[in-house]
Amino acid sequence: MLRRIFALMLKEFLALLKDKRSRFVLIIPPLVQLMVFGYAATFDLKHVTYAVFNEDKGSISRDMIAAFHGSPSFQEMPQIERNEQIAVMLDRKTVQMIIHVGPRFTADMLSGRPAPIQIMVDGRNSNTALLIVNYAQDIVNRFNNDWVAGNGGAPPAHIVTRAWFNPNLESRWFFLPGIVGLLTLLVTILVTALSVAREREQGTFDQLLVTPLHPAEILIGKALPGFLIGIGEASLIVMVTVFWFKVPLLGSLLTLYTGVLLFLLSAVGIGLMISSLAVTQQQGMLGAFFFMVPAIILSGFATPIRNMPALVQDLTLLNPMRYFLVVLRGVFLEGTPFHLLIPQFWPLAVIGVVTLAIAGWLFRHRLY
Amino acid sequence: MNNAQMRLLGLIRKEFLQIVRDPSSIAIAFLMPVVLLLLFGYGVSLDSEHVPLGLVVEQPDADTASFTASFGNSRYFSSVPFRNTPEAVDAMMAGRINAVIVLRQDFARRLRQTDGAPIQLVVNGVDANTARIVEGYVTGAWGKWLEHTALQQGQTLNTPVEIVNRVWYNEELESRNFLVPGLIAVIMTLIGALLTAMVMAREWERGTMEALMVTPLAMREVILGKLIPYFILGMGGLALSVAMALWLFHVPLRGSVWLLFATSALFLLTALGMGLLISTVARSQFIAGQLAIITTFLPAFLLSGFIFDINSMPPFVQAITHVIAARYYVAILQTIFLVGNEWSVILPNALALVLLATLFLGLTRLKARKRLE
Repeated sequence: MLRRIFALMLKEFLALLKDKRSRFVLIIPPLVQLMVFGYAATFDLKHVTYAVFNEDKGSISRDMIAAFHGSPSFQEMPQIERNEQIAVMLDRKTVQMIIHVGPRFTADMLSGRPAPIQIMVDGRNSNTALLIVNYAQDIVNRFNNDWVAGNGGAPPAHIVTRAWFNPNLESRWFFLPGIVGLLTLLVTILVTALSVAREREQGTFDQLLVTPLHPAEILIGKALPGFLIGIGEASLIVMVTVFWFKVPLLGSLLTLYTGVLLFLLSAVGIGLMISSLAVTQQQGMLGAFFFMVPAIILSGFATPIRNMPALVQDLTLLNPMRYFLVVLRGVFLEGTPFHLLIPQFWPLAVIGVVTLAIAGWLFRHRLY
Repeated sequence: MNNAQMRLLGLIRKEFLQIVRDPSSIAIAFLMPVVLLLLFGYGVSLDSEHVPLGLVVEQPDADTASFTASFGNSRYFSSVPFRNTPEAVDAMMAGRINAVIVLRQDFARRLRQTDGAPIQLVVNGVDANTARIVEGYVTGAWGKWLEHTALQQGQTLNTPVEIVNRVWYNEELESRNFLVPGLIAVIMTLIGALLTAMVMAREWERGTMEALMVTPLAMREVILGKLIPYFILGMGGLALSVAMALWLFHVPLRGSVWLLFATSALFLLTALGMGLLISTVARSQFIAGQLAIITTFLPAFLLSGFIFDINSMPPFVQAITHVIAARYYVAILQTIFLVGNEWSVILPNALALVLLATLFLGLTRLKARKRLE
């Protein structure tokens, strides 16, 4: 039995790797994407372009604007001289933000009245707009504190903030473990989603079914390559994340690999299930997308699951990515111990076993 | 009708028959937009709501009560009281709350000393974005409380500089208004590539390409015959997506519908061209499918400016985004939907799409030879 499985596995590996282009597809793109996405996926703003429309002639407005000028998150564009320029610059995307300081700013500050400044932001991407507003508020808050302290009025209470697990609040640390998950999923789907569909389309699957191989043996032979390639790629991606991007890996490797193995089990299961449902490779590819896109969007990768409506939150319970992301972020950044992640581990195992069973059943029962 | 037109029509008819017989193409064009838009439109929101904050007051008295009162439950945050810090920290470790605010025993006493009382804020930094929002919120509540206490003591304490925000084009910061146009770009990328990624490879793999070669059809006609049916299908999918955006999600359309369709047609050509190129280069459906999975969804999702701001990416990543067609289409869609017919944004982006479409289709033409390997 072992010999038969081994022979089938060998054949699967040959089918995957004998072609130069196929080898290339499995190895190079995921690594390139890791490098590119690793740098692209961040909510930390840099080089936000802004212009200043300063109608105030006093020195305090200059100090306040200098605070923006000195921030690495903002990049100043030429000054605005006339009111009409504001709409033009925002409409044309010349700048992302405009600071408008009224003519009475310095006078208001000196007399102790509140001095308003207007900040206008391009809301085409409302998420970026919100981030820009928060950054600007931060700078103005700091300016205000300095101003109050400089005038001898210390507030009776102050906030002391500490950020655990990510002291500099780098959002890249949040996204990179997520990208490890994304790319592991991608590779597994690449290997499995078309494997049965291709044989069905070419008619070789019928031949496989009339061999002495038991469906369970076919299942194992088809699942192992995805599993092994998945482990290899995941390890590579984890190493790049740790050694190149310097994301701390606080938890134990045992916990991490338990998560990786269980996730691969479920991803291979789903990939093979899609593949054995499909009669043509076109259908297999369609199925891969119909699974992959929602799996990524509803995983908590970019948008918190907490923000989703209750019905969709329930739907995410079927999504293996959801559990894997919790494991990855926990093990990488928080050093979460094994036993606290068991609630993530068992659903992955259940999804894996159920989908693999369905895939094996479909081998013989999918009629076309 | 001359011979060339007849030949082309025949090929298009054959392609349509193939589409009808394997309904997966129709599913790509019409089912995918509906499913994805529903999931995204209803399921995804970047607006953090009901972020739970833990509140630990070690020695409750009038001063701490006045401070905690400033955390009136808003739509965005809800405060959860804890008896002591270890309990709150456990809750944060378990992910039940995102931050802990601690008022120490000596809060009231130190309020009256010169260096003031510390308010400890511990945030879970794993989700740095939410952590920053929490920080901003707590600072805001603290400011309100300072003003309030000053007022009670008969003083006026004004925040020196006050920011008056105006977010243009999307005043209510409705994230759906930018997610839906961005999602249309992602969907069209998928539709375009998925429809055509297999079609040339399929002919090679099944040997029917050789049959096509012995006909008088020129390679140019073969490509056109593949392009036209899927273009029609893709535009159908687009019309469906736009209709859903307008009437289901009520995204405002401030520019013209005609411009929207014209630029979308341009983008669809680019996406179909990329699919055809993949299909032609791969020659096997297996590899074409893998390439399509790799090159479409994730780049369009992460590198198009749809979620992550392109300006904030490092220069080499920004350079790479220039070959991602979705980048231009996202800019066009967000502008036509939310701003209007702003030509200074639309024209350069449309031009880039023309260049990319020419590049992809031209390369396809070059790579597709009437020759056996």
